[in-house]
Amino acid sequence: MPALRIVYAWELRKLLAQKRTYLGLGAAVLVPLVFAGALLVQNGQPNDVAFGRYVRQSGLAIPPVLLIFGSIWLFPLIASLVAGDIVAAEDHNGTLKTILTRSTDRSRIFVAKVLAAATYAFVALTAMGVVALLAGIAVSGLHPLVTLSGTTVSSAKGIELIAASLLVYMMPLLGIVAIALLLSVLTHNSAAAVVGALMISLILQLVTILPGLGSLQPYLLTTQFNAWQGFLRTPVDYAPVVRAAWVCALYAVPALAVAFSSFMRRDVTGG
Amino acid sequence: MSDAGAPPVQARGLVKQYDDVTAVAGVDLTVERGDVYGYLGPNGAGKTTVLRMLLGLIRPTSGEARLFGRDPLVEGARALDGVAGFVEAPRFYPYLSGRKNLEMLAALDGHGAAGRIDAALDIVEMADRQKHRVGGYSHGMRQRLGVAAALLRDPKLLLLDEPATGLDPAGMRDMRALVARLSSEGTTVLLSSHLMPEVEELCNRVAIVRTGRIVYEGDITSLRARAGSHWRLRTTEDERARRVVEAQRGITAVAHDPDTPSAPGALRFEGEEAAVGELSIALVEAGLGLLELTPVRATLEDVFFTLTEDGAAVPPSSPADSDAVAA
Repeated sequence: MPALRIVYAWELRKLLAQKRTYLGLGAAVLVPLVFAGALLVQNGQPNDVAFGRYVRQSGLAIPPVLLIFGSIWLFPLIASLVAGDIVAAEDHNGTLKTILTRSTDRSRIFVAKVLAAATYAFVALTAMGVVALLAGIAVSGLHPLVTLSGTTVSSAKGIELIAASLLVYMMPLLGIVAIALLLSVLTHNSAAAVVGALMISLILQLVTILPGLGSLQPYLLTTQFNAWQGFLRTPVDYAPVVRAAWVCALYAVPALAVAFSSFMRRDVTGG
Repeated sequence: MSDAGAPPVQARGLVKQYDDVTAVAGVDLTVERGDVYGYLGPNGAGKTTVLRMLLGLIRPTSGEARLFGRDPLVEGARALDGVAGFVEAPRFYPYLSGRKNLEMLAALDGHGAAGRIDAALDIVEMADRQKHRVGGYSHGMRQRLGVAAALLRDPKLLLLDEPATGLDPAGMRDMRALVARLSSEGTTVLLSSHLMPEVEELCNRVAIVRTGRIVYEGDITSLRARAGSHWRLRTTEDERARRVVEAQRGITAVAHDPDTPSAPGALRFEGEEAAVGELSIALVEAGLGLLELTPVRATLEDVFFTLTEDGAAVPPSSPADSDAVAA
């Protein structure tokens, strides 16, 4: 039986051959460019967003602003665009039967798809981070960054903290990937899975502003999109990061378990 | 576990129930090494569902299927070692070229499958279109690519679901020639079909299925023997002719012939050649002009229709009789 690495590599190659992949990656690259371009042609800055008032003082403030902005729907959408499609597209093309009658077990194909969807989310987030950083430096220069605690960190330290923030941001993003993949397996329909995952993400954010439900906030997947801000305090606050790790696992692990079990047992009738 | 002597295909009591529809109602099937086995039935008889169960794509409601002694539900992809084929039309990634599709499938196969890509493309005559995206392929080209994809696995058992469907006459001829060639090289073939002539041309054994159950199972020669024959007679005077025929010794089952609507008075009957010879003399001696006296052999297709259409009795030799059917 071929190694998981080979099956995973082919999942990536299939992603690279599809337009939808570039739609998400394109958005991840375009948004920071548009933001930086707007700073060039407009006066003022987004004062009501954390780090917003520093975007003209240091290019390092731009990635954090975009992480906050992107958590509402942009990154959930980018992640589910591929994760929601990665199994449903096989249903749509009728190709599940084609790959499941070769010498590779279903479990291996499932794991390869999970890894490919996660890889894509990681690449999109990294691309956004790098482009935002470079565009930010180009527009506002490489200067020390004012943290959420009001202290100032050197630009080298600032880049390091932003890199760490991106990694923490990956955790809730992987939660979204798991949910989109579950919907992809269950609905057999790409659009339903993408929209469904995005709706779940929006509804979770809605819960936090409903009266009486505020106490749920620390345990919502979408709240963990703010956990990285712990890195941009002095001293670094690890509590939200640790909580993000287990709260995200609480969403991702059951979603993947149900998706796996369904994928392993399902009747492949289409195509 | 694999058993060196196990038959390529062995299914016992396969049942597939979808809510209140029974797609497959207790199918027993054994394909021996070297067989070209025809699984024949009209559309909707559950042929594809059986093939899907054999390949482990869907779970039987009850019963079990083994390929070379291995159950795909228990052993997963390992049970498909040496097995290749497709169910319904073969499907590929439309955004990849034909060759890239094969390269991916070869990667999922391992065992040197990648080294067989060029040869497989040559066999199905798709080498010149290999660089084009499958999205632009015609149905026939996908069908050819499906066969190429199966050949990558260097199969000992080939499962083909209506392989000639949608092909033009030349494509059908090529497909049949290929099956015949693979069979002569030692590949066991199980092919489903709704075309009796195709099965008659290619297969040595046949199972005829109707609404999810097997109504005939055996070799083609025995099936041909059950086909039987009768005679058709047209004369210048229908009424008198019938009296002469009925009086003739050795002639039985005299009836109006429903197959010749243009000659409403035509008769059909059964009898040995000698008796028919005597009958012809008797007719002439009675002053009747002979317009037609022909032996009519029932074709295998007639047998097929008799077995698979409404009102057909299930023949006593059928295995479906003895096995309980969970319907």
